[in-house]
Amino acid sequence: MPVKVYIPTPLRSFTQTRAFVDASGADVAGALRDLEQRFPGLGARVFDADRNLLEELSVFVNSEEIGALSGVDTPLSDGDELSLIPAVAGGAVMKPEEVDRYSRHMIMDQVGPLGQRRITSASVLAIGAGGLGSPLLVYLAAAGVGTIGIVDFDDVDLSNLQRQIIHSTSDIGRPKVDSAADRIAQINPNVDVVKHRVPLTSENAMEIIPGYDIIINGADNFATRYLVNDASFFARKPLVDGSIFLFEGQVTTFIPEQGCYRCLYPSPPPPGMVPSCAEAGVLGVLPGTVGTIQATEVLKLILKVGEPLQNRLLLYDALAMDFRTVKIRRDPDCPLCGDNPTVTELIDYEAFCGSPFHEGAVSIPA
Amino acid sequence: MPVEVRVPSVLQKVTQGEKLLRYDSGTVSELLAAIDTDYPGFREQLIENGELRRFVNIFLNDEDIRFLGKLDTPVADGDSIAILPALAGG
Repeated sequence: MPVKVYIPTPLRSFTQTRAFVDASGADVAGALRDLEQRFPGLGARVFDADRNLLEELSVFVNSEEIGALSGVDTPLSDGDELSLIPAVAGGAVMKPEEVDRYSRHMIMDQVGPLGQRRITSASVLAIGAGGLGSPLLVYLAAAGVGTIGIVDFDDVDLSNLQRQIIHSTSDIGRPKVDSAADRIAQINPNVDVVKHRVPLTSENAMEIIPGYDIIINGADNFATRYLVNDASFFARKPLVDGSIFLFEGQVTTFIPEQGCYRCLYPSPPPPGMVPSCAEAGVLGVLPGTVGTIQATEVLKLILKVGEPLQNRLLLYDALAMDFRTVKIRRDPDCPLCGDNPTVTELIDYEAFCGSPFHEGAVSIPA
Repeated sequence: MPVEVRVPSVLQKVTQGEKLLRYDSGTVSELLAAIDTDYPGFREQLIENGELRRFVNIFLNDEDIRFLGKLDTPVADGDSIAILPALAGG
């Protein structure tokens, strides 16, 4: 029977770099023998010396692993698709659905099957499922990040929908973590969403943040921003920070010991001096741009490719349509990560900022 | 060629909506004083007790003046100054 065979990247050197090739056989064993004859050298990567399938290789017929069928005796029908999937060290075998879903990643040299496995093994925590959280959650879910934690205590409000694209009109009144988790499940059911429907506080931050690989700040108030910074530093986690106001955005990536939010802004403005988005407004698409840049940073950190916005602050001015970066650095006098730290545990951030963990008395989260 | 000063959104109410100001070279301090003459209240938004407020950064080209000469940092013709307050929105 003629079948199509998916060849994984590491084996494409035998197939003139083709991802899909034709083979023929009455059963899996027959098709693999045919493949071996068509592409010299491939056989040694499929069978061991005793002609058994190599342990590190999984074979799928359509979406079923042949172990769950009849092994190499599994019969083939015309048009079946055979997939050869190498197991990856430390991880489970990638399912054919995943191979298809992430094919545009897998064919990139900078990602490949191993990079995609890194993404699917990663766990990230989004602080806030609001303006910044919405686009970055959508893209990270689509990219296949294995575990996504979401911290948000709010319910979806009609005034959120001008920019918070992970939520819909029918979600008004629902907890944002529920609405976001449902949308993520629609985009990519492979993602494991952990809902933290709590206000992040000095009491619970060190129970939540250390459980993730990368922290993403999309908070809407200074108290939470300083709390997330300090907790990420104590937990030694990279922090991808983004913030927005009117038409302007700022993004940077803090790597532990190489500078933090306090090095950049040692203390918050007094209450009332800098208006919040709820008071002054924000262009709806602005968090889309900034949150998407944050998601890009997260994927680069997971893949260990490119140059993160480390010791650089990206400034985005939507009105001027101007992007620029300025240099930022660790401050030796920083009370948190400096040479003689005075902040050695989480503090009372509402007192520090003179403002609550929320945007104001009548709060409309940005 | 004068110095270009980029004014962030939060301060544009003081500069009557101006986003980009042009002033003669000098130190950062002198520059802020000159701006304050034209736009009273501007300096007070940035300076407290003679020091830069701790939620605002001033960048000379792409360097933070806190790591240069702070308010005494000289600014030359053709340089660009960006004033960056912390933003809370998310």
